[in-house]
Amino acid sequence: MASKRISSAKELEQLGRDIASKADPDKRIVSICTMSVCGQSRGSGAIAERFAEEIRRAGLEEKAEVRQTGCQGFCEREPVVIIFPEGFYYVNVEPDDVPEIVSATLSKGELVERLLYTDPTTGERAAKESDIPFYSHQMPIVFGDNRRINPREIDDYIGLGGYGALSKALFQMSPEQVLDEVKKSNLRGRGGGGFPTGRKWETTRNASGETKYVLVNCDEGDPGAYMDRSIMEGNPHSVLEGLLIGAYAIGSHEGFIYVRDEYPLAYDNTIQAVKQAEEYGLIGENILGSGFDFRVSVHRGAGAFVSGESTALMNAIEGRVGEPRMKYIRTAVSGLKGMPTCLNNVETWANVPLIINRGSEWFNSIGTEGSKGTKIFSLVGKVNNTGLVEVPMGMTLRQLVYDIGGGIPQGNKLKAVQTGGPSGGVIPEQYLDTPIDFDELTKLGSMMGSGGMVVMDEDTCMVDTARYFISFCCEESCGQCSPCREGLRMLREILNDICEGKGQEGDIEAIEDIAEVMQDASLCALGGTAANPALTTLKYFRDEYEAHIREQRCPAQACQALTCYYIDPALCTACLICRRNCPTEAIYGEKGIVHWIDQEKCIKCDTCFQVCPPRFSAVRRISGEPLPEPPAPGTRVTREEKG
Amino acid sequence: MMVSTTKSKGLPKASGAVKKAVGSYGKDKEALIQVLLDLQAVFGWLPPGVLREVSEQLDVPVVQVYRIASYYKAFSLQPRGRHIIKVCMGTACQVRRSPQLLNTISAVLKMKPCETSTDGRFTLETVNCLGCCAMGPVVAIDDVYHSNPSTADLQKVFESAE
Repeated sequence: MASKRISSAKELEQLGRDIASKADPDKRIVSICTMSVCGQSRGSGAIAERFAEEIRRAGLEEKAEVRQTGCQGFCEREPVVIIFPEGFYYVNVEPDDVPEIVSATLSKGELVERLLYTDPTTGERAAKESDIPFYSHQMPIVFGDNRRINPREIDDYIGLGGYGALSKALFQMSPEQVLDEVKKSNLRGRGGGGFPTGRKWETTRNASGETKYVLVNCDEGDPGAYMDRSIMEGNPHSVLEGLLIGAYAIGSHEGFIYVRDEYPLAYDNTIQAVKQAEEYGLIGENILGSGFDFRVSVHRGAGAFVSGESTALMNAIEGRVGEPRMKYIRTAVSGLKGMPTCLNNVETWANVPLIINRGSEWFNSIGTEGSKGTKIFSLVGKVNNTGLVEVPMGMTLRQLVYDIGGGIPQGNKLKAVQTGGPSGGVIPEQYLDTPIDFDELTKLGSMMGSGGMVVMDEDTCMVDTARYFISFCCEESCGQCSPCREGLRMLREILNDICEGKGQEGDIEAIEDIAEVMQDASLCALGGTAANPALTTLKYFRDEYEAHIREQRCPAQACQALTCYYIDPALCTACLICRRNCPTEAIYGEKGIVHWIDQEKCIKCDTCFQVCPPRFSAVRRISGEPLPEPPAPGTRVTREEKG
Repeated sequence: MMVSTTKSKGLPKASGAVKKAVGSYGKDKEALIQVLLDLQAVFGWLPPGVLREVSEQLDVPVVQVYRIASYYKAFSLQPRGRHIIKVCMGTACQVRRSPQLLNTISAVLKMKPCETSTDGRFTLETVNCLGCCAMGPVVAIDDVYHSNPSTADLQKVFESAE
């Protein structure tokens, strides 16, 4: 598609104007998220095809077109269809809904009421994205363009003013001025550490070394987080533009983008973006005629959590085992191939063009004293509206979970919010009014991390949560240093025992002792922070540990070894649903005869509990109390089944 | 166990495939991981013959090739099934009871995690996070993502997989 090299700032501006003017303001755009695994797996590709077909059939090619985009955020309701310019927002769209949308909305501008988002609490329908609480509390400055562009079409990005910040930096600012602007913006690293980005750039710039490298870290390994994937899949040029600006400020002419192996689509879209930027001369020699040269390679990870650590990532790019090394010398001074290297996270780079375009003063107007700008979170777990959200720093956890997230499903009670992935911790309900910023979350014993925010309700066991993260880190530890390798192994053993009802007095103290050594003596941040999930769950939910150890009871009824499933004969209507769904045929009973579970055969898969209709609620989870005797064979139901 | 086992029937010869992969990175030693990723995609695993060939063609010691191949999760040193089942164990899926989903799949297929079925049809794996947390619990069967599938859904998918 790109045939012509852009050789000056003027030509870029002209191209942007041409693309924008070619866009017919009366033409409707049907925006569908097909460039994201969530959308894809819910069948958004088929919906896009159907739209193309129906638009053709209705002869509306001049009046409407499909735009395939990356993640739009409200993943829970995928497939989502947004119709611009009105911004009509349709959720859970099926292919067979498409003809109606075409004939009503695309032809006549009318709404299809039944496909609108309905607020579960008020029952009100929202016609537009801005009417939906999930969106109305957000501030999508980094993530907002995702729904307007096809990530595989560089023209879409340029049409929205893309690469304008690069042009401004190259022609109107010196590298020092760019650096100064980023420093003044107080942008902090979005990967988790929160280190001031400008300072990192400055160290790299000032370090001696003929070659300097700039790196994009898209090795988003935190389980429960997918912000970087969605930016890289949905708007890769914003990251490339940021990287180019950073390289210019630092004095680097070569960059690497490291993409996690589990993100094939992000890899493909990045490759495509680099190729198109090269064709336009936005990457390569003499960019826009400025004399600035820059090339970039894309590198796939091969599946190792610790490879996201800066020194390990650099080892991996060099084709070696992705293990960290001691940071006697910072990577900004001696990093990739022993040269000064600046590594920033995807979201950090994506913020840079905004700062150059709109200025550090504007950026400083958003956020809190110590944390400026916005942050993208993956709001997931036990929350009604799961998805990606971008909010100004300083919003409280409560606003995030309740105003945007719509609260907890099935009226359950919130127990904690887990932030910061395996290096972070849990924040209990009583701290929900804490403003989200780098420093406040650290004070609570957790951390901001890269933006994973997992909501946990009363069905989530805190000991099991700690066990989960410790096991995760235990498998991911590279094994070089003994505090991390052995400490995690010991913690895992203790936590496994507690979850299986084999905990002993003294276990809690042992966890605390081991954690202290790991914090003090581990080689890298993975080991140094790996005990955090155990420490924070202990700090806020010690009683759950004690219930497991002293009463062999899991208060959340989640630990499989301490939980049994039981069908209450008084409530069972013998509807056969649980029996049909049981994968091990552990449930006995027939029509009219009360069902019962053979505990020997039961694998505790929770299926019976899930499928028992809520109006019966006959299946119970039991923990820490004796299991009632099963009903005598052939016991008839006492409760009538009512539709 | 060389490449020419029955499982690898129809697959390219080791030397040719390695030559192609190595060549596409200009024989750059630093591309070792990328070369192995390409070969893993071609063969579905990394047979010993392929690893030796990589060592020779890239002029990297065999021990280093094995070190990389055994360190990263993307590589398999054993043949895998024709259908790969990946149950997501990310935090978001975890709180939505992915361990129980794993139990169900184990029970339906009568195999444990990390196993390949004796008939070579399935390999059951767990992964740390597939990054589609809003749909949890998620299982990817041959890269098709299934959101909170029922026992019946699973049975249907497994039955249709040859």
